[in-house]
Amino acid sequence: MAIVRTERHPELPPPVTQTGVIGWMRQNLFSSWFNTILTIVSAYVAYHAIYAFLDFAIINANFAGTSRDDCTLDGACWVFIKQRFGQIMYGFYPEAERWRVDVGYVLGAIGIFLVLSNVVKSKKWPAVYLFIVYPVICYFLFYGGFGLEVVETSQWGGLFLTLVLASVSIFVALPLGIILALGRRSEMPVVRMVCVGFIELIRAVPLISVLFMASVMLPLFLPEGQNFDKLVRALVGMSLFSAAYMAEVVRGGLQALPKGQMEAAKSLGLGYWQSMGLIILPQALKISIPSIVNTFIGLFKDTTLVLIIGLFDLLSVVKAGTQDKDWLGLATEGYVFVAAVFWVFCFGMSRYSIWLENKLHTGHKR
Amino acid sequence: MSEAAKHMNDEVAIQINGMHKWYGEFHVLRDINLSVHRGEKIVVCGPSGSGKSTMIRCINRLEEHQQGQIIVDGIELTNDVKKVDEIRREVGMVFQHFNLFPHLTVLENCTLAPIWVRKTPKEEAEATAMKFLERVKIPEQALKYPGQLSGGQQQRVAIARSLCMNPRIMLFDEPTSALDPEMISEVLDTMISLAEEGMTMVCVTHEMGFAKTVADRVIFMDQGEIIEEAPPEEFFDNPQSERTKLFLSQILHNG
Ligand SMILES: Nc1ncnc2c1ncn2[C@@H]1O[C@H](COP(=O)(O)OP(=O)(O)OP(=O)(O)O)[C@@H](O)[C@H]1O
Ligand SMILES: [Mg+2]
Repeated sequence: MAIVRTERHPELPPPVTQTGVIGWMRQNLFSSWFNTILTIVSAYVAYHAIYAFLDFAIINANFAGTSRDDCTLDGACWVFIKQRFGQIMYGFYPEAERWRVDVGYVLGAIGIFLVLSNVVKSKKWPAVYLFIVYPVICYFLFYGGFGLEVVETSQWGGLFLTLVLASVSIFVALPLGIILALGRRSEMPVVRMVCVGFIELIRAVPLISVLFMASVMLPLFLPEGQNFDKLVRALVGMSLFSAAYMAEVVRGGLQALPKGQMEAAKSLGLGYWQSMGLIILPQALKISIPSIVNTFIGLFKDTTLVLIIGLFDLLSVVKAGTQDKDWLGLATEGYVFVAAVFWVFCFGMSRYSIWLENKLHTGHKR
Repeated sequence: MSEAAKHMNDEVAIQINGMHKWYGEFHVLRDINLSVHRGEKIVVCGPSGSGKSTMIRCINRLEEHQQGQIIVDGIELTNDVKKVDEIRREVGMVFQHFNLFPHLTVLENCTLAPIWVRKTPKEEAEATAMKFLERVKIPEQALKYPGQLSGGQQQRVAIARSLCMNPRIMLFDEPTSALDPEMISEVLDTMISLAEEGMTMVCVTHEMGFAKTVADRVIFMDQGEIIEEAPPEEFFDNPQSERTKLFLSQILHNG
């Protein structure tokens, strides 16, 4: 017998167990006896770990005072961080000049906000400001000139130095990485060989040895008396190192695009650079956002390695502080603080990348 | 003679003389000779792997040929990048898999090349784009992204995108073979109306109904060679070569 449906089935709400907090908990945490026991045990362990940390970091911690003697030492002695805060933030940058760094932060924050947010419709001028004008301003602001007292880079330090290292390396690594990736896919054999050679050489060496080479060996090749700034050497080393990684990340994105995209661009009469800039790179970079940000985060944390060539970044400054005889025994506070600062920055980058991915998502993937 | 043939004139749009192409050792195209007049519509068919795509991709140099001559709009295709770009501006191409730019809206897909290649002002390019989107009957989708459209709609956008460059020649590489049956006719209708306006067209397709109504000449390729070339009535009613007969019997059985 033939079956014919004459009436439309009414629309029903989804079953309760699949919606809401209770539905979620029932499904994920208490779906069987074993899961229920696991949930209870994990909750117990998590409670103790979190409680112990809060106990140390907040409940029994000391915030007031000026010296080690003001701390009861039942919990964290944040007085240490408070007393050394200036140095942790700016290194040995002269106190009277520290406003310059703050001005730099504010100008940078404005630029980043304009470029990353949706406030301005056209991104052209914010981008010109952030990527061309701002670095020039920063150079004079931080180093000196135009009536500002010169502050040698050996006095730079703390979080300020970490941020300088990270932003300059990121700023150089991304465009250089893109060029290396395009070069590696070029049809010109010489260009391709140079790019492959560079990438493979740098990637096969640990960052520490790149930094050592930059600080110890580079001066040997330079003419007598010519002394390259230590910070510049570290910046060159880190930028080249991250550019090699970035190149491979971008190449992955380029390879993921169907060949038809380039063919369509060509068939419309777009030249190589137009096709790359308007069609291929926007898509390839979008695909690679997670890996690009991953590389940035790795780079940001790797800035701590400059410690070994005698630069005083955030970690080194705090480490030096913990060895101060007035503050002995407070290493935990120092390292927890450093970890927290790094976490804030890296977590911020990660959230931004997720936001950006969602924003750039256009319809179904094919 | 088809209705569209009245647009034809003696001016040669595409001239291919003794063209050969190899993929490495593999001799994929052998001694291709073809001349297409302005306003003429050519349908190319043949079994899979016979070199149809390769041949029409040589016309706008998505593929390079190694021997012989290809002259498009009076310009010979060589390694001269400027000339290649000049030809690509005048020759539109529609692909089997649409190849729309997924990160741009439909409207941006259509205005991109006019703005960057022809340096048309943005407002003018947008007006032209809307005109062509109306012609392919999807102006209301202008602000959507390609990923939000059906296959048939995407292919019509791809046609509009090519038309926005005001090409003098259009190449189609199996424009309907990635589409579901109910979407094929909407794309074919667009192509037929384009043909009626006198566009010079070279279409690789197995839509024999389309070939019968629109084509001035049908070209049959097999194993890298042009085997037979005839007006559609002759081609379908009285094919000369055995291979053509075999191909037609297969395609008419299945289609
Ligand atoms: N890039 C390439 N490298 C090597 N061989 C290729 C390449 N592209 C195509 N070929 C070969 O060239 C021949 C012709 O391919 P082509 O794509 O032109 O066939 P076609 O007639 O368009 O077939 P279809 O109807 O399946 O699209 C095939 O045998 C194919 O395997
Ligand atoms: Mg093909």
